[in-house]
Amino acid sequence: MITVYVPRDAAALSVGADDVAAAIASQAKAAKKDIRIVRNGSRGMLFLEPLVEVDTPNGRVAYGPVAAGDVADLFSAGFLDGKAHKLGHGLTEKIPYFAKQERLTFARCGITDPLSIEDYRTHGGFDGLTKALSMKGSEIVEEVTTSGLRGRGGAGFPTGIKWKTVHDIKGEQKYIACNADEGDSGTFADRMLMEGDPFCLIEGMTIAAVAVGATKGYIYIRSEYPHAVKVMREAIEIARQTHWLGDDIQGSGKAFELYVRMGAGAYICGEETSMLESIEGKRGIVRFKPPIPAIEGLFGKPTIINNVMSLAAVPIILAKGGAFYRDYGVGRSRGTLAFQIAGNIKQGGLVEKAFGVTTRELIEDWGGGTATGRPVRAVQIGGPLGAYLPPAKFDVPMDYEEFAKADAMVGHGGLVVFDDTVDMAKQARFAMEFCAIESCGKCTPCRIGSMRGVEVIDKIIANDNRDMNLTLLEDLCVTMTDGSLCAMGGLTPMPVMSAVRNFPEDFHKQTANKFIADAAE
Amino acid sequence: MRNISGVDGDSQGSGIMGKKTPRRPLDIIDQQPAASSPAEIAALATCARHGNKPDELLEILHELQEHVGYVPEATLPVIAKALNISRAEVHGVVTFYHDFRREPAGRHVIKICRAEACQSMGTEHLCQHAEQTLGTKLGGTSADGAYTIEAVYCLGNCALSPAILIGDRLFGKVDPIRFDSIVAGLNKEAAE
Ligand SMILES: Cc1cc2nc3c(=O)[nH]c(=O)nc-3n(C[C@H](O)[C@H](O)[C@H](O)COP(=O)(O)O)c2cc1C
Ligand code: SF4
Ligand code: FES
Repeated sequence: MITVYVPRDAAALSVGADDVAAAIASQAKAAKKDIRIVRNGSRGMLFLEPLVEVDTPNGRVAYGPVAAGDVADLFSAGFLDGKAHKLGHGLTEKIPYFAKQERLTFARCGITDPLSIEDYRTHGGFDGLTKALSMKGSEIVEEVTTSGLRGRGGAGFPTGIKWKTVHDIKGEQKYIACNADEGDSGTFADRMLMEGDPFCLIEGMTIAAVAVGATKGYIYIRSEYPHAVKVMREAIEIARQTHWLGDDIQGSGKAFELYVRMGAGAYICGEETSMLESIEGKRGIVRFKPPIPAIEGLFGKPTIINNVMSLAAVPIILAKGGAFYRDYGVGRSRGTLAFQIAGNIKQGGLVEKAFGVTTRELIEDWGGGTATGRPVRAVQIGGPLGAYLPPAKFDVPMDYEEFAKADAMVGHGGLVVFDDTVDMAKQARFAMEFCAIESCGKCTPCRIGSMRGVEVIDKIIANDNRDMNLTLLEDLCVTMTDGSLCAMGGLTPMPVMSAVRNFPEDFHKQTANKFIADAAE
Repeated sequence: MRNISGVDGDSQGSGIMGKKTPRRPLDIIDQQPAASSPAEIAALATCARHGNKPDELLEILHELQEHVGYVPEATLPVIAKALNISRAEVHGVVTFYHDFRREPAGRHVIKICRAEACQSMGTEHLCQHAEQTLGTKLGGTSADGAYTIEAVYCLGNCALSPAILIGDRLFGKVDPIRFDSIVAGLNKEAAE
């Protein structure tokens, strides 16, 4: 029997993976070929989706992007024996895009059947938790501290320190809350992991629970991710039945229950305290800190809040040791980050690499330039609150501190590429508009400031008192930065001011010329 | 009558929520009929399925909307009573989150991503096209009641932009031509 892999990842489905799987099944039946179709996660080469793989004695051979209409042709070319075809790429693991990565967190994603515990075990799954179950809580925390892991949700706070706070505090009920709100444009790593290797997140959360003595956990997944919600719920049920969750995990006497909560379309609920409110069934209004959630978090109890990527890095840290993980990376940015190359890009996808890789390498070597074939003009890194960088800054290494020095942020590792048709004044306007739409409304500089921001930028675009309004915009940004409770209002000035500083020409266009330019398009 | 469904509102066992019990300013709801319309009955049943736990309010609203198509005004007092929270709290949640609709929507809700990655691939143009072909602005419903179009901000499909989501079906690389063929496909499904 031949095994054929057709991803079930939402991105693959979005370009027809289900149709391709159905076509392969019916073609095999007609040709009386005995095949088994596995719906795996994505390998992350999203530009090749749907990427079909066939298991051969030499390894898995890749074909993509496959449309349902290509299937008959693939069968006649002998793709079930890994034969050549114009959509063929040879052995998947030899494709440079894939081969040049350093896959730690995503080591299994795309390889296994996401809902098979056997596959998970065969590929090193639960090794970390098994080890953790034999360790003291403080030793687990120590291992995570040693790894140098920092929060992948955006702020880069050391995970070990957060865990230690929750570990050291006395409390009958503690919680683990996983932030899977992934609202940043240009990011999909959390989604891919949840759909492609859900047990990895469950394992990471369980290790966290064992480390600090928490017995309940919540995964807060945005409603825009229906596939991830479904896979996570199924995976939790399977883990429960196989005693990797529940009241006696693998006979250790340790208990951990896990629940999925679905968001309801509010970007601000990615902010950790807003997320807590939302899990409690309330409006997602940001809380004042202190108290920090590690001390008074979910339902007022000590809570670890971590991003999906932070928690999914933990199993390998426990399995191979903190030092193993720490040996990847540069400066104080240790380990790997799952970069997501998105937007106007020829070869978009997920690239897991150690810190230190540059924007240029990611968008040129991996990305292959823009999808439109025009020159790259700007890249927004770190989501809607991240800076717009011009090509002159593409050589800054991916490193939390280096990026901060360049008035930018790594954030959740998303890169959104724009070609030379982008109007940066419009992008700056959108940053303000987005803040106005998504503000939780608690503080005035964010709620009202963002609306004023849109108006001021409209005036700048219309060449109405331009110089005065540019000064006004700058003042407004200072007010928002200084007077906002959280990074929603506090960081919206980052994309705005980076656009003004790095692309001043777009804010000084002559209105008359702009009309001519528009008319010429 | 403290709790129509008979399940104790304190049974969620979370301390902080428990403290909320006295906060019931809208005693007037007690005089209203328990549940009369199908939507109100559905609301009551949904709350009961969630053990009438106030922390499951978002889940309850999602399920209710899935079932009824939107969150009718008349269900708010019913939910408030079942969960033992104030009507203002339920109202606050329904209005805070973009997902919850207070009016019926079209048979299909098409969510078009308007965030940055999709902008870089022309989602603005796609939005205009959708508005023109369906004859309604973003946020509105086509005259025949078939389609509601809404703006969303990122569907996690940013390497295959522009992206749209229809129910649980995600589509990538959606240009105006593909948009038309997707809509034609939905029309065909409806006709069958
Ligand atoms: C407006 C806003 C949105 C955020 N969105 C997310 C998000 O979608 N996912 C996430 O993990 N963190 C998000 N964060 C960061 C969280 O507040 C928090 O720092 C993070 O979840 C902590 O986990 P980590 O230490 O593992 O990164 C957001 C922060 C702000 C201010
Ligand atoms: S900055 Fe904006 S989103 Fe953050 S607390 Fe203030 S109003 Fe809410
Ligand atoms: S920005 Fe449109 S799918 Fe992410």
